[in-house]
Amino acid sequence: MSAVVFFIAAIVALGGAVAVVTLRNPFYAVLALVCHLVALAALFLLLRAEFVAAAQVVVYAGAVMVLYVFVVAYVGGAPGTEELRAGPAMRFFGPLMALALAVELMIALLGSALSGITSKGAPYIPGFGTPRQIGKLFLTDYLFVFETASLLLLVAAIGAVVLARRRRGLDEPGAGMSVDDLRRLVAEPRAKDTGTMAEGAGTPS
Amino acid sequence: MAIGWYLTVSVLIFCIGVTGVLVRRNPLVILLCLELMLNAANLALVAFARMHGGEAGQIFALIVMVVAACEVTVGLGLIVAISRRGLAVDVDELRELDG
Repeated sequence: MSAVVFFIAAIVALGGAVAVVTLRNPFYAVLALVCHLVALAALFLLLRAEFVAAAQVVVYAGAVMVLYVFVVAYVGGAPGTEELRAGPAMRFFGPLMALALAVELMIALLGSALSGITSKGAPYIPGFGTPRQIGKLFLTDYLFVFETASLLLLVAAIGAVVLARRRRGLDEPGAGMSVDDLRRLVAEPRAKDTGTMAEGAGTPS
Repeated sequence: MAIGWYLTVSVLIFCIGVTGVLVRRNPLVILLCLELMLNAANLALVAFARMHGGEAGQIFALIVMVVAACEVTVGLGLIVAISRRGLAVDVDELRELDG
């Protein structure tokens, strides 16, 4: 049973990863990554990492991917703006380098003398990987790491706000709009296919 | 399933992510491929935690998630700033960023 779940989750995860790299529209690439992350959460569950799996779904597939979708919709995911513009040399040598890396890592993995690799893991103790256990470790052995992570999140949040804020002196479309113009703009009916998911994907039907 | 299978999947996902970073030119997609690589590392960490029967690997994986979230926030902030200035969202056009 666990083997079946493993292979389904592994195939979905690998397929999602390939789709992220090959799909030309960034919007669909983000959706493929969500599939990949959920499949990876299933693999974490098989490895008895319940809390990590839950965090993966809530934080990654939920919060971070919403951020991605918003930015793709803002920047514009129209197919014309995005292309595989790597030179022919890079398009040829890129996958080749990755293949060489895969071979090297597999040799390192299979050649390692770790006896645990062929086993199913350490004997399962009830409570392994539960939120209770993880929380206890975070507040005892790994307290410093925990506090550093919160500081890092604060720095990143401030950094993002500083980077993406509106600066004065730049021409903002609509900045000099009069009240009458704005009223007319609001009164106009919304154009077809705007304000929808299709607009973000850049494929108006 | 033996732990080696999970590590194999992790290796493959990591290499797919490397391919994406090398081949794609849109910084948004490059960030997505970086996420793939970080997730592959996470899978390996959780697999090793299972192999040894200790939770330290899972703690490490959670911290990697935090770092990835920070990286995404700053990276997407940069992309928004780039597009707001009307520059092309393309890493080849943005060579002056290397200092």
